[in-house]
Amino acid sequence: MKLVDEFRDVELARSLVVDIRQRATRRWVLMEVCGGQTHSLLRNGIDAALADVVELIHGPGCPVCVTPAEDIDLACQLAQRPEVILTSFGDMLRVPGNAGSLLDAKTRGADVRMVYSPLDAVALAQREPHRQIIFFAVGFETTAPTTALAVLQADRLELENFSMIVSHVRVLPAMTLLMRAPDNRVQGFLAAGHVCTVTGFAAYDDFVREFHVPVAVTGFEPLDLLVGIRECVTQLEARIASVANCYGRSVQRAGNADAQQLIDRAYQITDGPWRGFGNIARGVLRLRPELKRFDATQRFEATESLPCLTNDCPASEVLSGRIKPRECRHFGTTCTPATPLGAPMVSSEGACAAYHRYAGQTERHGLAGPS
Amino acid sequence: MCLAVPGKVIRWLDRDPLFARAEIEFEGVRRACHMACVPDTEVGEFVIVHAGVAISRVDAAEAQHILEELRHLSDAYEESPP
Repeated sequence: MKLVDEFRDVELARSLVVDIRQRATRRWVLMEVCGGQTHSLLRNGIDAALADVVELIHGPGCPVCVTPAEDIDLACQLAQRPEVILTSFGDMLRVPGNAGSLLDAKTRGADVRMVYSPLDAVALAQREPHRQIIFFAVGFETTAPTTALAVLQADRLELENFSMIVSHVRVLPAMTLLMRAPDNRVQGFLAAGHVCTVTGFAAYDDFVREFHVPVAVTGFEPLDLLVGIRECVTQLEARIASVANCYGRSVQRAGNADAQQLIDRAYQITDGPWRGFGNIARGVLRLRPELKRFDATQRFEATESLPCLTNDCPASEVLSGRIKPRECRHFGTTCTPATPLGAPMVSSEGACAAYHRYAGQTERHGLAGPS
Repeated sequence: MCLAVPGKVIRWLDRDPLFARAEIEFEGVRRACHMACVPDTEVGEFVIVHAGVAISRVDAAEAQHILEELRHLSDAYEESPP
């Protein structure tokens, strides 16, 4: 695929590995923010190839993993109503709340459907005027414009049978929370490239000033990730900290103004909960008051509280980078993708799923380990 | 979740600001995508698509620039291995 294959060139990747190893005089601790980056790092063996000069801590950037269990419970409950078709992204359907997942609700007879795009849910509402279509809107700022567009289209079309459960989260407040933790070890960040495509990276200037850590806006292909790592290592070795754009083919400093405008028209920033993190100041997006008629929590009354299933999955420790998936006593034994105990093993972008899938492979993408 | 892929704009289908759509080609497969976030894109340009919505226009010159830099790096290591 053009603009993808070029950034997977193994020879160029090997040169970058050599370059990074030459620049590093010690082992640095970096966090990649996005779950898509975690999977690409592991799939391509970048973590192993640089293991003696860079420790990669996996960040909270798996949106379905940080979606509050209560929101999933609400979605499951509303899905049981006979008039409702509950729609969401495929990843969201598998993640358990306190009382099972949306797929579990589907097996109990609920009409739960996976959609590729929030706009598909709007089209479904047009096709099925006698059903109530609820879209479960999750994701970071990358996804927020797409769900904003859906609700704004529904508003323009005057759809009475479309609503959303909005559970969007914002990346930068979570990074700030991690840096303020007393046991923080992160020395540099690979910022999430597609979040920054929407938001830009000017907002990271204050972050860098406050915490004096390098931030490299980074893409998802092997060369993108290696360039981002090289930038962080270079800055750390020079004892400087700034924001660097290492994903310039997609990201502009000011971001995408049209996408930001869509978000602003549909949502407002509020304090709100992240699963595993608790309440985060300015950490979530919620519908603006003028669009509240599209809020499923207002349109439908939740009827009963669901029984709470508990287990000792340490998801919050994994999501905040405090432990690696392999350090969990359940990993690969009582917790596998087939029998997951928590969201990071369920989601295709969860760190535990990435470790389970790739970490046992010795030769990944031809990147040799330390020689 | 934040997965997004580049595709080439083949033709515009709708220029309404809210309902803008274009036909985008991904490795030979064509699909209608929403273009409200990239209203000024021209046919032949590449956009990055997430969840059926184009979220950016690809800066092709920047892509070539970084690849050139990396090829120089690779050549330099080939000529004089570290």
